[in-house]
Amino acid sequence: MSVLATVRPDSWNFPLFLHVLGATVLVGGLLAAVAALVAARSDARLLRLGYWSLLAVSLPGWLLMRIGAQWIFSKEGWDDVPDDLVPTWLGIGFATADIGGLVLLVSLVVGGIGIYRLREGKGSGLLRAILVLALVLLAAYIVAAWAMAGKPD
Amino acid sequence: MSFDDWALALHVVSAFALVAGIVCFWVITVAARSADTPEATLRLGPVAQIAGAAIGIGMGGTIILGIWLAFSVGGYDIWDPWIVAAIVLWLLAAALGRRADQAAKPAVRKAQELQSAGRTGPDPELAALNTASGGVVVQAFTSLVVLLILVDMIWKPGA
Repeated sequence: MSVLATVRPDSWNFPLFLHVLGATVLVGGLLAAVAALVAARSDARLLRLGYWSLLAVSLPGWLLMRIGAQWIFSKEGWDDVPDDLVPTWLGIGFATADIGGLVLLVSLVVGGIGIYRLREGKGSGLLRAILVLALVLLAAYIVAAWAMAGKPD
Repeated sequence: MSFDDWALALHVVSAFALVAGIVCFWVITVAARSADTPEATLRLGPVAQIAGAAIGIGMGGTIILGIWLAFSVGGYDIWDPWIVAAIVLWLLAAALGRRADQAAKPAVRKAQELQSAGRTGPDPELAALNTASGGVVVQAFTSLVVLLILVDMIWKPGA
């Protein structure tokens, strides 16, 4: 692994940088969302802050991470490798990126409805529900970061 | 996975915790700009505590495991230019982070004073402290330094 890191061509660095930067921003947005939603209880300001952290921080982070992932995947030539030879860590990375992206979108839609209901004075249940989704996503992306770096067999 | 693989994986997870904590503080900084009451200011306290814990884990994990890896992994040495640069940048980030933390304290102290005095409404002095630019500038420099560490880790200049 260290040998691979040493011989990584320079042209791989920028896509990898975008991928890692996007992933860290995504995790940062999720941490902010979870922290705000946990602290909120029924405070409307913090509930909105949690939702906006997902929308304005995690979503752009996810996009950057996913674009960087596809770019580095292509640069490293993984698209020429048969599916059964794709290493586990890469499978974990793609699964969490894509399924996680879907869960993030669901959270944003549910949270958006929650924001509307909050404005109409119809309660904050939906916004508190996205706390669970954000927590699951945060845990999944931490596992993905561990897998991408440690590259388990 | 070998011990070094685990160390590298946890080093990277620590870096994620560090950046996540910084991103979280940016969210708090933006939210605080519209906070002009003691309650709205102090409500951000638990979020800041979680962000602070993430930064603490991140700073500790990156330096301890990073130095371990520099000694343990073949092909790298602690005096490699990119590793020296990373350690210097880490120290700079730690110093700037402490200053950013200090810069945020007056607003919290003011909010606590107002709350103790039973003044729960909007306060112009508190609003001014929450929108003060000094802390934001230090925070921006901290973020820039951490970004440079990320660039250094990926490009490994001189490796």
